[in-house]
Amino acid sequence: MTSSSYLAPEEIAKITREYLEGKVPPKVVEESVEKLTKYSLTREELEKILQMIVEEYHSNTVDPGEPVGTVAAQSIGEPSTQMTLRTFHYAGVRELNVTLGLPRLIELVDAKKTPSTPIMYIYLEEPYKYDEAKAKEIARMIEMTKIENVARRIDIDVISGAVVIELDPAMLEDKGVTVEDVKKALEKLRSKKAKVVVSETNPYEIIVVFEEGIEPTKAVKIREKIMKIKIKGIKNINKVIVQKQGNEYVLVCEGSNLAEIMKVPGVDFKRVRTNNVKEVEEVLGIEAARTLLIEEIKDTLEQQGLDVDIRHIMLVVDAMTRYGTVKQIGRHGIAGEKPSVLARAAFEVTVKNLVDAAARGELDTLPGVAENVIVGGYIPVGTTKVKLVYNPYLR
Amino acid sequence: MPSKKVSSKILEHELVPKHEIVSVEEGMEILRKYGIRPEQLPWIRANDPIVKAIGAKPGDIIKIVRKSPTGGEIVVYRYVVPPLV
Repeated sequence: MTSSSYLAPEEIAKITREYLEGKVPPKVVEESVEKLTKYSLTREELEKILQMIVEEYHSNTVDPGEPVGTVAAQSIGEPSTQMTLRTFHYAGVRELNVTLGLPRLIELVDAKKTPSTPIMYIYLEEPYKYDEAKAKEIARMIEMTKIENVARRIDIDVISGAVVIELDPAMLEDKGVTVEDVKKALEKLRSKKAKVVVSETNPYEIIVVFEEGIEPTKAVKIREKIMKIKIKGIKNINKVIVQKQGNEYVLVCEGSNLAEIMKVPGVDFKRVRTNNVKEVEEVLGIEAARTLLIEEIKDTLEQQGLDVDIRHIMLVVDAMTRYGTVKQIGRHGIAGEKPSVLARAAFEVTVKNLVDAAARGELDTLPGVAENVIVGGYIPVGTTKVKLVYNPYLR
Repeated sequence: MPSKKVSSKILEHELVPKHEIVSVEEGMEILRKYGIRPEQLPWIRANDPIVKAIGAKPGDIIKIVRKSPTGGEIVVYRYVVPPLV
């Protein structure tokens, strides 16, 4: 065979695209093009290969009636028994704890409102991205600083009706706060009549004098209140660490507040990440929550060295987000809302489910697997899923 | 830099796939293709931030182009339903 009968790479790409488009997913098309253009092939050889690709693709798709849910449950359930049961915290990011392993997986499939360790990854825009000093600037700006973070001591003088706050110069420096800022924060938040003065003898001492005096019984409460006063920063962003990832600086935050962080100038709002699925659902919608949930479950399993096919995870997450909100798997979610009475009774709180259903006069048409196992019917899986009715009048 | 409105920012976030409202004719075509009623599609709530941002109303069908790790770009549809009470 002469070399002239071999197709040029461009021709291979063109024929491959034309043949495969619409028959297999776009990703398979692109991968085929990438692989096939590396070889010298004749037209007949290429056509044979393409035919085989389509055949192979179809033999690998799920058959109608395949119990994919059961397979997914088994495929995620078995590996997760090998995960650490212990609520395991580890210092992965210098001084930052992250919940991992089974506790995290449970948290995700239970659709908890807030994760036990909310974390945010904040990526930055151009001028801040490659400059550590500028990244730190933003970090300081968003980090929530309360009086208690910068105070060395807070004393209450009941007799003169004053609260004495001595600030720690080192902490002020670290958080980027001045005595003036603290004074302003105190002035702004006092609803009662009070005077805020900086001590004459010590520049780091602030005295708040209440004109009405302080009732001894309320002294502790007032102290607590003063400690919790926010000087600067964004709510719930408790600790910010500047980390280098590749060649850019990234802010890793303990705590999460997506809506507010996205408003901060200098933050690359397109890439901001949080591990709080419910928050993403509220701010970015159900589709974003779906994407994040898949990623979080995948990362949790992979982190434990478990290899679960992403399709199983995608199926579970699709079921969770089916009705437009993130629903948990368990009793108060997917399993608790099955249409069949017997399927619900078979899952949890059997007696309550049966009594409630009886009281409401519910009808069970036996649509699923669990209820048919109970009554001894055929489970609607595979060939039994298909119902054939002979209609002699149908032409 | 003048700060953009949050509603336009969220559409650009990397977690958010492309959403667009489908015309009535196209919607009918989709339902015919799958042989289903609209409520059998996955739902999306009318108070979902993205639905609000693109101005869809309950009863609309939204076309979503996801970046799927297994199939490249995948088109799915969601049916806009009223928010939960």
